[in-house]
Amino acid sequence: MKFPEIKVHLAKFRVGIAGAGGLGSNCAVALARSGIGTLVISDFDLIEEANLNRQFYFADQIGMKKTLALSENIKRTGSSTRIIANQIELNPENVPRIFSGCDVIVEAFDRADMKEMIIETVLTKMPGIPLVIGSGMAGWGKNEFVKCRKIDDQLFVCGDETTEASEDLPPMAPRVGIVANMQANTVIDILMNKL
Amino acid sequence: MKILLNDREEYLDKESLTISQLLILKKLSFKMRIIKINGTLIQKDSYDNIYLKDGDRVQIIYLMSGG
Repeated sequence: MKFPEIKVHLAKFRVGIAGAGGLGSNCAVALARSGIGTLVISDFDLIEEANLNRQFYFADQIGMKKTLALSENIKRTGSSTRIIANQIELNPENVPRIFSGCDVIVEAFDRADMKEMIIETVLTKMPGIPLVIGSGMAGWGKNEFVKCRKIDDQLFVCGDETTEASEDLPPMAPRVGIVANMQANTVIDILMNKL
Repeated sequence: MKILLNDREEYLDKESLTISQLLILKKLSFKMRIIKINGTLIQKDSYDNIYLKDGDRVQIIYLMSGG
């Protein structure tokens, strides 16, 4: 299939991105470049200097809302993806409402308890909507341990499922980018199977 | 009984055991996790009340911070 045909197909879909940090910003850019129709991006945070080691933002955007800066940066790629930005902290009550109508949801939080929250919420309140999570991407190297595990038709896990971010094992651009792009790749695979 | 734990066959020398007992038996102490049995998400507060059956497919997904 030629890329223009792939774009026409992907333009029919709406993808939710829960979090606009290292995973969410990079995943959203990859999906926008691929031609996804609409991205629903949710995050409550502002850009800090410490984010620039891995997140898709620029030094002159420090202090800006991540959702706003990400919308701008996606537009600058020339992508025609429509962005719906929500400046809000997600919780079990608002997740089904904010991501209603999404064909796939990407979990892109940094905190493990938030990852747990969205998995429990989507699996119980949004049956049938695939969720692609990221788990285990801190540090560097260990390429061979990064993988995507399909749990079933609704749940996909990208990452090494073992490395936890800490002061001595920080999340860094290469490995976070690998997992973010692996999540985007999984989303496209799910949507291309809807041909 | 025999179960499938994260796609690996495990023989358990028990007639019956709960999810909590399985986690202790297999020394799976990392708490930030999701457990599915035969595709169904199991709520954390029922780990003590749900008994595993022969042939059950148990999937444990560990949630690591970072992103």
